[in-house]
Amino acid sequence: MDAAKPAAPFEYLLRLGDNALVLSQRLSEWCGKGPALEEDMALTNVALDLIGQARLWLSYAGELDSAGAGRSEDELAFLRDAGEFRNLLLVEQPNGSYADTLMRQFLFDAWHALALRELAASADPRVAEIAAKAQKEVAYHLRRSSDLVVRLGDGTEKSRAMMQAALEQLWPYTGEMFQGDALDRDAAASGAGFDPAGLRAPWLDYVGEVLAEATLKQPPAEAWMHSGGKQGRHTEKLGFLLAEMQFLQRAYPGARW
Amino acid sequence: MYAQMVDTGAKRVRAAEEMDADERAFQERIDRGVKIEPKDFMPEHYRKTLIRQISQHAHSEIVGQLPEGNWVTRAPTLKRKAILLAKIQDEAGHGLYLYSAAETLGISRDQMLADLHSGKAKYSSIFNYPTLSWADIGAIGWLVDGAAIMNQIPLCRCSFGPYARAMTRVCKEESFHQRQGYDIMIALCRGTPEQKAMAQDALNRWWWPVVMMFGPPDEQSVHSAQSAQWKIKLFSNDELRQRFVDQTVPQAEYLGLSIPDQALKWNAQRGHYDFGQPDWNEFFEVIKGNGPCNRDRLATRVKAAADGAWFREALVAHAAKHQAPQAQKAA
Ligand SMILES: [Fe+2]
Ligand SMILES: [Fe+2]
Repeated sequence: MDAAKPAAPFEYLLRLGDNALVLSQRLSEWCGKGPALEEDMALTNVALDLIGQARLWLSYAGELDSAGAGRSEDELAFLRDAGEFRNLLLVEQPNGSYADTLMRQFLFDAWHALALRELAASADPRVAEIAAKAQKEVAYHLRRSSDLVVRLGDGTEKSRAMMQAALEQLWPYTGEMFQGDALDRDAAASGAGFDPAGLRAPWLDYVGEVLAEATLKQPPAEAWMHSGGKQGRHTEKLGFLLAEMQFLQRAYPGARW
Repeated sequence: MYAQMVDTGAKRVRAAEEMDADERAFQERIDRGVKIEPKDFMPEHYRKTLIRQISQHAHSEIVGQLPEGNWVTRAPTLKRKAILLAKIQDEAGHGLYLYSAAETLGISRDQMLADLHSGKAKYSSIFNYPTLSWADIGAIGWLVDGAAIMNQIPLCRCSFGPYARAMTRVCKEESFHQRQGYDIMIALCRGTPEQKAMAQDALNRWWWPVVMMFGPPDEQSVHSAQSAQWKIKLFSNDELRQRFVDQTVPQAEYLGLSIPDQALKWNAQRGHYDFGQPDWNEFFEVIKGNGPCNRDRLATRVKAAADGAWFREALVAHAAKHQAPQAQKAA
């Protein structure tokens, strides 16, 4: 390994890839069932961007995998169990109503855009390259989800109530995005990654501004938060998502598709 | 086809002497190959028939997302999942172009959707069959999109301008879909014995429903002659069905799959394959609402529309609040 160019750790890349993969899987559950045709198409666009990003992160992770002789993106996606997934708890939360889906998207997009900005400056050139590509896509995701949060928050009484309920339901899953652990510290120290705590203030600023325009009430920033996804301790929901997603690879081991 | 048994309101073609001067001039334009545009004169039956045909086609694209959506969360690789997502998104886009084309005839998308949800408007019989394995996703791309192309390529030359233009955009994407579906079949047929069996089972289940997509035999198609005269149907059901069979048999042979039709045989004299008759009784039952998935498909669309009502209302309410001051300024 070139000492001047540190590589991001395998697990660190899994976190990035799994966020994109799991959220894309959730969004694809909406396929053909959205509230309007244009919305179906736009949501599918986001799902497609995310699955593309997941493939890039997981392929790179597979190359750096010390456990095996390099696992493929599909081996990583379809043959790991829940405890080996490293995504944030937020992205595995069920779709719920379309309000829940959009609020989850907005809270994640706001973090994702900030995280990719850091990663685009990574000392690991592969990470920087993938992040730069993803950054453009996610800038659009964030514009779209912010715009919808504003319009639905400041829409009808019913839509405001639904968006407010979604916000309160999902808020306790947002803290994890800013909690660093040893892996984050190592990645930040090597220049390959970043310190997640540093994103908290700009995230709160941005989210607060959008929620205010949406006439929604932001839950307290200091509220109690769930965590564990980044370390592989997930909610009950992830196992079912994987059971569905991994069905064919599990039922027909070794088959090529 | 995506539009099956479209009612023209006429059981026989009107002769020139039965038409008034406007209608005669209209028919002459069509005969000369001039496209009819939304602002042009058109007989009421032509307009109504086209609304039925185009909206039925649009509904088929939209309902058609559901059988494939059934496997998008279970696609076997990330690449296949991405391709399938993109395909389903294309189908939604086809629905959009087609609704827009129908709107030029003076009907709103909301009205068309209301007609779909109430059961008044139909969509293609094919989407009332279930997708039971991953191979069905291959079979749909290969056979259903393949059959759709057979019908839609001629429609690029149909007499109504907006429909012809929508079909031109749609056809490009449909041929991608067909290749992608066939590629799934190739992978399965080169795979394990279980995968090959999955592919054969899919072909067994989809073959006859696809053969029926082209609609009833010509001698039973009471509306076809009028549609042909108006150039909104360019080939008969049986002609298109024959072309489809002729094209598909070698493709099945290449895959090493057998088509479930005992009567299928090359006829050197005709230069075409002879083939058996599907169970037309089944076809009419599916059209009536008794196919294996009619209730599920419609219920899913109705629920999506109902669940999304708050969303659409909120966007309208937001726009009204925030456009009002500007409108006042302008006034
Ligand atoms: Fe289509
Ligand atoms: Fe298609």
